[in-house]
Amino acid sequence: MSAQASAPQAAPGDEPSYLDEGHSVASWIFSTDHKRIAILYAVSITVFFFIGGAAATLMRIQLFEPNNSFVSAAQYNRLFTMHGIIMVWFFLVPSIPTTLGNFLVPMMIGAKDVALPKLNLTSWWLYVGGAIFTIVCLIGGGVDTGWTFYTPYSTLYSNAAVLSAAAGVFVVGFSSILTGVNMITTVHMLRAPGLTWFRLPLFVWGIYATSLVMVLATPVLAMTLLLVIAERMGLPVFDPRFGGDPVLFQHLFWFYSHPAVYIMILPAMGVISEIIASEARRRVFGYKAMAVAMLSIAVLGFLVWGHHMFVAGMSPFADIVFSFLSFVIAVPSAIKVFNWTATLYRGEIRFGAPMLYALGFLGLFTVGGLTGLFLASVPVDVHVHGTYFVIAHFHYIMVGGSVSAYFGGLHYWWPKITGRMYLEWWARLAAITMFLGFNFTFFPQFIAGYLGMPRRHFVYAPQYHLYNVMSSTGAVVLAAAYLLPLFYLGWSLVWGARAGANPWNATGLEWLTPSPPPKQNFARTPRVDNDPYDYHEPETGPTQADQPPRQPQGGVA
Amino acid sequence: MSLILLVQASPIVLPEASTQAVVEDRIFLILLAVSAAIVLLVLTLVIGFSIVYRAGSAARRGPLPIWIRHEFEIGWTSATIFAFLFIFWWTASSQLHLQTVPRSALEIHVVAKQWMWKIQQPSGVREIDTLHAPLGIPVKLVMTSQDVIHDFYVPAFRLKQDVIPGRYTELTFTATEAGTFQVFCAQYCGLDHARMNADVVILPPADYARWIADQPEGDTLAGEGEKIFASHGCGGCHGQGAAVHAPPLDGLYGSRVPLAGGGFALADENYIHDCILLPHKRVPAGYAPIMPSFQGVLSEDQLVPLIAYIKTLKAKP
Repeated sequence: MSAQASAPQAAPGDEPSYLDEGHSVASWIFSTDHKRIAILYAVSITVFFFIGGAAATLMRIQLFEPNNSFVSAAQYNRLFTMHGIIMVWFFLVPSIPTTLGNFLVPMMIGAKDVALPKLNLTSWWLYVGGAIFTIVCLIGGGVDTGWTFYTPYSTLYSNAAVLSAAAGVFVVGFSSILTGVNMITTVHMLRAPGLTWFRLPLFVWGIYATSLVMVLATPVLAMTLLLVIAERMGLPVFDPRFGGDPVLFQHLFWFYSHPAVYIMILPAMGVISEIIASEARRRVFGYKAMAVAMLSIAVLGFLVWGHHMFVAGMSPFADIVFSFLSFVIAVPSAIKVFNWTATLYRGEIRFGAPMLYALGFLGLFTVGGLTGLFLASVPVDVHVHGTYFVIAHFHYIMVGGSVSAYFGGLHYWWPKITGRMYLEWWARLAAITMFLGFNFTFFPQFIAGYLGMPRRHFVYAPQYHLYNVMSSTGAVVLAAAYLLPLFYLGWSLVWGARAGANPWNATGLEWLTPSPPPKQNFARTPRVDNDPYDYHEPETGPTQADQPPRQPQGGVA
Repeated sequence: MSLILLVQASPIVLPEASTQAVVEDRIFLILLAVSAAIVLLVLTLVIGFSIVYRAGSAARRGPLPIWIRHEFEIGWTSATIFAFLFIFWWTASSQLHLQTVPRSALEIHVVAKQWMWKIQQPSGVREIDTLHAPLGIPVKLVMTSQDVIHDFYVPAFRLKQDVIPGRYTELTFTATEAGTFQVFCAQYCGLDHARMNADVVILPPADYARWIADQPEGDTLAGEGEKIFASHGCGGCHGQGAAVHAPPLDGLYGSRVPLAGGGFALADENYIHDCILLPHKRVPAGYAPIMPSFQGVLSEDQLVPLIAYIKTLKAKP
């Protein structure tokens, strides 16, 4: 039973694909089709990613020498602020949920669109408006507070465009909330008949858990930014001269920004689960545990913000409580790593580019997670807090983890999204280069951090020189790896081979419709009678290489 | 060639110059060993499975044995929980142990401002960007900032503490090695953050005493505070026989002060600091809130000796 034959939907050609529903600019930027909005997001985050990356490149050039004068102190402070704000809020937070999430969640649950298509378009407009406004402020005026906006520096001392940048981020936050509301509603209301909660693909679970965090945490950021704006306009809020407490700002800020880390990693976990199951031709090991782990990470993520403040003068007992909770949240993350590994056992493993990204994710996420244990231990954190150890740790999670998963997912669903195949060997080369370049860039930073090199320093003591030379050299490799996909993926748009409906022989509902899908996604609403990842008989493993799925979801409608 | 020089100039070990450093390094190394073992395990499994179960290989597939499906999952979940809880218990208990500050600790005051560290020794000696301290004796740094948040970080001691405007934070260390150690500002504080460095100079106690004695003769910290107390007319209200009904300061430090709104405040440095700059925040019971604020009148530099003086006022028998 080949996948194509099992697809009961219309064959390609019957109905124009979503890409052919108008070619004017207006047909894109005013479209409420979730697939077109996903493309709008993908183009926007790609542009912002390269702007943020350019800032990082300039920083790495400056740090190549201990007392370099490639940029001034003022310029350096603006660069790391720009890098942080753009990468966190304009790239990582929206990356997977708004692109792959927007495109795939409705398709994976058998829906024609998201529940609230106009809200979806509003969300993109808010996002792009807020982000462009902020970036104009960051480049034109410059902001030198760091992406963390710590008071009282940000409110009383900085001579920079803090007010307008905070206002821009505030607006982008609403886009995040709207996307979250939309995804939650979609998953609740629009699941195909038979698609019960525990039949949902793990990617949908990942996006669902993420959306809960977006909806509950982002308003706290909005409120905190409003307080910063108010204090900059003269209303004392955190100012100690009026009895305010600057540390209160940190509590509020991290109450959003720690959950935000899970906004960045949960969708990545969903993507990796899809890729590993499909490429190993096996059911995901411990499916329910995986779904529950994602939900518990989303909930526990709200309770660990204090571990950013072990040296901020909190009560030592508060330190201990936050340390405890931070160890607790490591448990579901560890379970996920073990379950992905166990999924490979007795599989028929293919090593296409998406799988290389996924395996890279597995290694980098493990290192990132384990170094999180160092930071959860109070005595170690007191030493390495605010050093390059922390920088390395969160880049392993957010770049090694989330960005690898984003690229993995982009390749995995590229045929579905564009209807074209990419060049496999170029994609594999990029995946391997990215993995090597990443480690080369960020591993030395663990050592520099342990040796005491503080972050946000534009000049540094000579004993850290070696590690910075290694890091800057690795960054060249990493930058090349990030540029490669622009070329071969761009090439594939025009000259790539046409993709069939289900080039990977995968099981999700999204593979039932032609690639690229028609505007309505499905000619008929599919019916789902079975679990996800039904790659083989439960009693046997996969029996041969490239064995077609036993039963794709919705395949027997 | 220059790469060899670079490697030689980059030691991978950091001096262990305080009691905290020994504790931190032990935890760090054990965590490193545990992490390395886990990474190795995951890598071995992932690479091993990738080779054995590559598509088309001859390895047996078949179903997963039942015990792998269930016991394995329960097993590694509980193993992870126990391992993590054990690490937590161990690190938390060593941290609480380090929290106890001996009463005999030498108190040195640090006032941070963009972008310098001002040090006031108990003897009244002032230093900028250098802090002299004795070897083997517990030292308590009492720190505040005149502007934004800074962070006093001594990598060789494995210690750092944010220095926050409007309150005092403390950092206690016992140096175990004589020498000069770098201090970095580890909390971003603006333009010259990267250049806000200092040195801690650890001297054997005899040399430290000699160094203090060699400094130009001046008032002790409390003596300097007494002059500020007099010149700002504090005694006009808080002195004996004053016409204004103001709380006496004798024996104030360390006492429990009943507050006008109910409840008590511990009269520590933070409370006294607040009472001078924000007198209406926590008014003692039985007094009208009539004290003027000295915000903008007294700098943090002057508050340090002033509070040091108030701390010396003992209750009259």
